[in-house]
Amino acid sequence: MKLILNTLTLFAVLASPVASAVEYRTVLPAQSAIGFDYSQMGVSIKGGFKRFVAQLVFDPVKPEGARAQIDIDLASIDAGSSEADEESAGRLWFNRSVYPRAQFVSSQIRPLGNNRYEMRGTLTLKGRSRELVVPVTFSQGKTAATFDGSFILKRLDFGIGEGMWADVATVANEVQVTFRIVATGK
Amino acid sequence: MNTVLRYSPPAVVLHWLIALLIFVTFPLGVYMHELPLSPDKLKLYSYHKWIGITILMLASLRVMWRVTHTPPPLPDDMVRWQRLASQAVHGLLYVLILAIPLSGWLMSSAKGFQTVWFGVLPLPDLIGKDKALGDLLAEVHEILNFTLLALVILHVGAAFKHHFFERQPFMQRMGLGKEER
Ligand code: HEM
Repeated sequence: MKLILNTLTLFAVLASPVASAVEYRTVLPAQSAIGFDYSQMGVSIKGGFKRFVAQLVFDPVKPEGARAQIDIDLASIDAGSSEADEESAGRLWFNRSVYPRAQFVSSQIRPLGNNRYEMRGTLTLKGRSRELVVPVTFSQGKTAATFDGSFILKRLDFGIGEGMWADVATVANEVQVTFRIVATGK
Repeated sequence: MNTVLRYSPPAVVLHWLIALLIFVTFPLGVYMHELPLSPDKLKLYSYHKWIGITILMLASLRVMWRVTHTPPPLPDDMVRWQRLASQAVHGLLYVLILAIPLSGWLMSSAKGFQTVWFGVLPLPDLIGKDKALGDLLAEVHEILNFTLLALVILHVGAAFKHHFFERQPFMQRMGLGKEER
């Protein structure tokens, strides 16, 4: 009897997803998303980027070895309206003809417990690089894992919205960035 | 007969407040619409929306008051077509001072820009974001506005005609003061 129970426990442990130590490395773009939310005249406006390439390697058993890199095509912006999309390409905003992409490269990933992690890395936007600390929540599904994160980006740190647009009473400095990256172990 | 019949004080106050605000927000609407995108344009859009919603609130009060109070009768010697025309124009003006700000509110919802009245009171978005519908409602807002402009010209013209050319004390009807005999 005891033997049977032990065997069953052993099977349960082996079959449980955590014990199977998958290394997630194939991002599913269709299920992944990068969005943002900013305040204009005190009113929240939602937007996002439709095209980006996310690369990641993550093994929940060895989070120290994890890496992530995201390259965003700034031309795929939805800034809330077509007028804002056009405006955002200009010199005062992203200056997209010179800096067509934004890039994030992780440097360190630290477990905080409870499937939460702290990811450090460098964001390069409009030729400026800044260190970021991003909290990420990991959740394991049947076939894929989801990485959810959200952080506040101060647009003026990167010169996004210069000159007349530096007025934060009209467009707030704080932009809430939210991402979801879904990846499989295959 | 020299009796001056007047609208009740609440009706008079609401009439002139709404008129004043429309005189501000109408040209503001035309002007801001032409501007290239800038922080000033965003500010003017917000001011326009805030004043417009204020008009909607005042207009709702005005219509409720009108429905529950009888206006002073028109002069006995006024011809029939003029009575009918005045009723029709007044009726349409009431409809427009409600429909114009409502169309603006709906347009803003459809364009994905919520209205937060004076930055304090968030109004619910009555419809979801839909670009095509937003563009259509912008057209509706514009057409209703230019209908309003035409009717206001008629309305003011008629009041002036009665007052100055037919020498009836017409302007006093929408004024504050004692009934004169
Ligand atoms: C009685 C109140 C109002 C009046 C008299 C009024 C008048 C106008 C006028 C004359 C225009 C310019 C139309 C054009 O040239 O295309 C305009 C545009 C506009 N109005 Fe109003 N409006 C009122 C209320 C509102 C409200 C309550 C809102 C929103 C909450 C609003 C939102 C807008 C917007 C967003 C535009 C610009 C449309 C565009 O850029 O295509 N309006 N308004």
